[in-house]
Amino acid sequence: MAYKNYILVCGGTGCESSKSDELFKALHQQAEAQGVKNDVQIVKTGCFGFCEKGPIVKVLPQESFYVEVKPEDAKEIVAEQVVKGREVKRLLYRKGEKADSNVKIEDIEFYQKQFRVVLRNCGVINPENIDEYIAREGYTGLERALFKMKPDDIVNELKVSGLRGRGGAGFPTWLKWDLTKKAPGDVKYVVCNADEGDPGAYMNRSTIEGDPHSLIEAMIICGYTIGARQGYIYIRAEYPLAIERLKIAIRQAKEYGLLGTNILGSGFDFDLEIRLGAGAFVCGEETALLRSLEGNRGMPVPKPPFPAISGLWKKPTVINNVETYVNISVIMSKGAQWYAKIGTEKSRGTKTFALTGKIQNSGLVEVPMGTTLREIIFDIGGGIRGGKKFKGVQTGGPSGGIITAESLDQPISYESLTALGSMMGSGGMIIMDEDDCVVDIAKFYMAFCVDESCGKCAPCRIGTNQMHAILDKISKGQGTEDDLAKLEKIGKAMTKASLCMLGGSAANPTLSTLRHFREEYLEHIRDHKCRAGKCKDLVVYEIDAAKCIGCGLCARKCPVPCIAGEKKQPHVIDQARCIKCGECYKACKFGAVIKK
Amino acid sequence: MAKMTLEQLRKLREEKRQELSRREVEGKEIQLIVGMGTCGIAAGAKQTFDAIVDAVKEFGLGEEIVIRQTGCMGLCYVEPTVEVVAPGMPAVIYGKMTSDTARDLVRKHLVEHKLLDSHIYDRPAVDIIKK
Amino acid sequence: MVNAKINGIPVQVAEGTTVLEAALKVDVKIPKLCHNDDLEPWAACGICVVKNGTNPKMIRSCCTPLEEGMAIVTNDAELVQTRKTVIELILSTHPDDCLACPRNQECELQRLAAEFGIREQPFPKRLRDLPLDDSTGSLILNPEKCIRCGRCVKVCQEMQNVWAIEFLGRGEKTRIAPAADVKLGEGPCIKCGQCSAHCPVGAIYENDQTGPVWEALMKEGADAKTCVVQIAPAVRVALGEAFGLPPGTNLTKKIYTALRRLGFDMIFDTNFAADLTIMEEGTEFVRRFVDGGKSEGGPLPLITSCCPAWVDYLEKYYGDMIPNFSTAKSPQQMMGTMIKTYWAEKAKIDPAKIFSVSIMPCTAKKFENHRNDTMYASGFQDVDVSLTTRELARMIKQAGIDLLNLPDGESDSPLGPYSGAGVIFGATGGVMEAALRTAYNLITGEDLKDVNFTGVRGISGIKEASVHIKGTEVRVAVAHQMGNIAQVLDMVRKAKAEGKETPWHFIEVMACRGGCIGGGGQPYGATDEVRKQRIRGIYDDDEKSEYRCSHQNPLIKQVYAEFLEKPGSHKAHELLHTHYTARDLYLK
Repeated sequence: MAYKNYILVCGGTGCESSKSDELFKALHQQAEAQGVKNDVQIVKTGCFGFCEKGPIVKVLPQESFYVEVKPEDAKEIVAEQVVKGREVKRLLYRKGEKADSNVKIEDIEFYQKQFRVVLRNCGVINPENIDEYIAREGYTGLERALFKMKPDDIVNELKVSGLRGRGGAGFPTWLKWDLTKKAPGDVKYVVCNADEGDPGAYMNRSTIEGDPHSLIEAMIICGYTIGARQGYIYIRAEYPLAIERLKIAIRQAKEYGLLGTNILGSGFDFDLEIRLGAGAFVCGEETALLRSLEGNRGMPVPKPPFPAISGLWKKPTVINNVETYVNISVIMSKGAQWYAKIGTEKSRGTKTFALTGKIQNSGLVEVPMGTTLREIIFDIGGGIRGGKKFKGVQTGGPSGGIITAESLDQPISYESLTALGSMMGSGGMIIMDEDDCVVDIAKFYMAFCVDESCGKCAPCRIGTNQMHAILDKISKGQGTEDDLAKLEKIGKAMTKASLCMLGGSAANPTLSTLRHFREEYLEHIRDHKCRAGKCKDLVVYEIDAAKCIGCGLCARKCPVPCIAGEKKQPHVIDQARCIKCGECYKACKFGAVIKK
Repeated sequence: MAKMTLEQLRKLREEKRQELSRREVEGKEIQLIVGMGTCGIAAGAKQTFDAIVDAVKEFGLGEEIVIRQTGCMGLCYVEPTVEVVAPGMPAVIYGKMTSDTARDLVRKHLVEHKLLDSHIYDRPAVDIIKK
Repeated sequence: MVNAKINGIPVQVAEGTTVLEAALKVDVKIPKLCHNDDLEPWAACGICVVKNGTNPKMIRSCCTPLEEGMAIVTNDAELVQTRKTVIELILSTHPDDCLACPRNQECELQRLAAEFGIREQPFPKRLRDLPLDDSTGSLILNPEKCIRCGRCVKVCQEMQNVWAIEFLGRGEKTRIAPAADVKLGEGPCIKCGQCSAHCPVGAIYENDQTGPVWEALMKEGADAKTCVVQIAPAVRVALGEAFGLPPGTNLTKKIYTALRRLGFDMIFDTNFAADLTIMEEGTEFVRRFVDGGKSEGGPLPLITSCCPAWVDYLEKYYGDMIPNFSTAKSPQQMMGTMIKTYWAEKAKIDPAKIFSVSIMPCTAKKFENHRNDTMYASGFQDVDVSLTTRELARMIKQAGIDLLNLPDGESDSPLGPYSGAGVIFGATGGVMEAALRTAYNLITGEDLKDVNFTGVRGISGIKEASVHIKGTEVRVAVAHQMGNIAQVLDMVRKAKAEGKETPWHFIEVMACRGGCIGGGGQPYGATDEVRKQRIRGIYDDDEKSEYRCSHQNPLIKQVYAEFLEKPGSHKAHELLHTHYTARDLYLK
């Protein structure tokens, strides 16, 4: 039969370094010693996050959340909780000075670091079963909209909620809807931008895969509000599972009469179609997306006119991204007042982020606006992998900039990220550590923009290529200090004179790394040195004769091969032939291979 | 299915809601929920799903077991993920649940009523939908 | 109305006026490159950026409407620097062979570089090796020189509705190319040349054929041919622009002198042939009109066919309407045939020894002169070479002829003197008006008291008029700029499909905006203002003419009496009429 208690000990790197292993053993010993071995199972878990308060112990089924637990505490935990069934109050996580024995899990601040509004159903319901969505307050927002509210009330509801577009610059959603609602014309459209293209960003994909009805519900509400009868979801063809689940969801919604004519007997008609994007990043730009949706070449066009006045097929069109819509389903279901309490004054609600890069717990997170980067990266994300040093975090993908350690305590909002030289973007968050080279990063993002520039506007089309060529030169140790001035000159012109935000922000990664890490650029130029060892042309691998024991492992791993040496004698790398793959460096167990 | 009216939608919602809470209150049903977003599937969630089905058969676990799919739980670094809800046991999310370990999971958790060591991960946040 | 300030100068403009347009009203010229007045803003180059007040954001003046209370700044250090950097970037992708470029000294990029005092190119060249496309024979596409301003694509797709040119590739690899990446001559291109007239640089230009003309003019001895030239109506009111004169200046008589000095033996005028076209086409119309389009005369409406780009378009896009097309050849081709038959006979010259050149406002004429077998009615290619106005300007400059100070000259008889109806062929509505002047006479036997049909004049894209000839209503429509044609023809198609009466009896179509005066071979820089002035020059010439109607031209009467018998005669049909073939858009 089941155990009386389960003690979960965090086995994450952070906790292990603070002696969680000893604690684990001590708990076992105590269970044995106190004769409750058969009443409790003690297991190791993956990182809980929140590593600064580690080691962390959680006891089930009470869900007692203990922080900073030392091996010495094992005795008391077993004695109190397992034997007597009482929590060890002094170890409980507490906010401030008050210790409260009756803290529920949802009261623990740590669990509120993530607040899943958009992702409320992701990982909970079966996305292919509309009933499960309906059971969890699904389509209650639509009910409220169709039967209790007029279009103006809905616009007002959004205004009270303070929701701003989650796709980039944070335009107030209510205003977009209101402009479209008021725009003259009988035919209007609702469009969803699901053309998520930032490298490392996949929030929209996961949201659609996990909770497609939440998007559909909001789009119907939008149609009702602005007076549109047709909606389109423009989604990348590279998201087959999301497309499949959307198709199933649309079919189910049609079967239930939630899409189609006379929805729920309200007299309102609305239909939805899926349109596939062919993977051009620029089609995430709304005007380019609309052109593509019309069957034209996906190129941005000047604004004004804004889509609210002249959008799809020149008709008034609301275009929002997936996350914006999904927020609206919640706002309409739970009410604007509830929603407006989340987040900061100017940036309400939550934001989903895809944590990737050198982070311990990569994954999809959702936090209230105003959460600091430190909380996201170190508490939720569990910090940097392998205990390396944090270098920076790239938000906003190729359009954003690098944010460095000194700004980690900035609460996240549209304004704060822009002020830091980056942007909210759609929510990719790529963490970099000391092994990442800023020139390499800037080059990577510029290469992305080179590939993805639509080619229409001169500053972007030519500027990205010229900047990439310069960055490439620098990464090869062939740059000059004048090149840095050129990077800034082109970057500035591109930022100022590009037609759309692809070009307008393409220089951000370069300009922000130049601002924060100019020294590293200069090292590449003056000393021909890449301190992170990323720029292949500048790296030299050498064998330290004093440390080499002549095991020959490096020589066996070398693909060229260019490492020679007698057995048990120091080996030597033939620099002329070395391709700098770094295999020897990774293979050596004695630290004898040095990367310079 | 015929097109619904507002009343029918509400009735359906109430039924389904009760069905869910009955499961939890009476605790009769064992649920194995596999995270099947792209991240999960890429890490082998489909194989995990199949392995669970096989293991359930192998251990002769009866009809009270429901194996479901869901979207991404947010724990992309330990995909595939499986949530286990079983009566008398705390609901737990297991990570790194490959097809190989899936059999161990079924045996340990459902047959021996023990948690599977070193695979447990925390649910990332509180549910905002009131039960 | 909107009130705002530009560089501190108050300006009041109508709502919707762009910042760029509003600035011109207060004499502020904002530098620009991709924008062209004929086209909706495309906003590709990023040079026309300005700021509003203290907002550091730059906005594109070409596509931003001026708003109430704006305080536009068009020049500050940052704006100038940004523009300069963008020009430097564009130059880094553009070859430096200005001296050997067809647009040397007429290039908008070159001018911008000069104005901004570009003295060095800080960025390494990123040129592309792309092949030249000369497959049309009329136009040459040199994608290496293209700055991707998008004008040609927009002209071809939006103004002309031809869709022969498009963007292919992305990012730096973006290039203008014939649609479907075939050769231009193998696709829908109608050779109208509007792309070349709008290209700001030397990426699309007319196929220069001055070489063979020089060769013919300078040849001596036994191989020498008699060089005969004709000039089209629209050339005379636009050529002056290439010599610094205002648009619309009529240089007919100076051009005659210049051509003679270039070495042409005979100077004829296409206007005369236009009169001839009216006689044939007018007769054709009257025949169809009188019996309601039911007899062998052919169906109604009758559609004009003197524009070769339009002929090409109709064959490709409206093959079902070929029976409605006038079989009368264009004036260029009638003149060509008459030179090598009637005149050769009269002057006792072997037509094989005649070298016939036409000066046209048009690039499609280079294609028309060998379009099908009827263009060889004399037994030889009736028109050997067609030159554009731009090519003639270069020849005159090259020969050191001081055009503006030349004495007036006259054309040669009998194929020179023309009526006012002949000259108005050069403007939109002119063919219709000329035809109506003569049709009235053909139907009633009387001459009009007032020959002016103002309803068909002017620059609006589609014009409709109804004319009463002795109690019978003649409904006419005039369309110019290819993109406006579908609207008219689709209504004709629809009426036909529904078995209803045709909405019009007679339709004039010209491929270029404004008619031939706005042709693709005319001097660069045509805007509607320029087109209006050229049109004014044309109608001034008409008003000063001794004869206003084609049938009144005594020399027309003479050629019929001496040679062609009567309009629509068998001989006239053999020499002056043609036929059409429905074609696929793509050869392959």
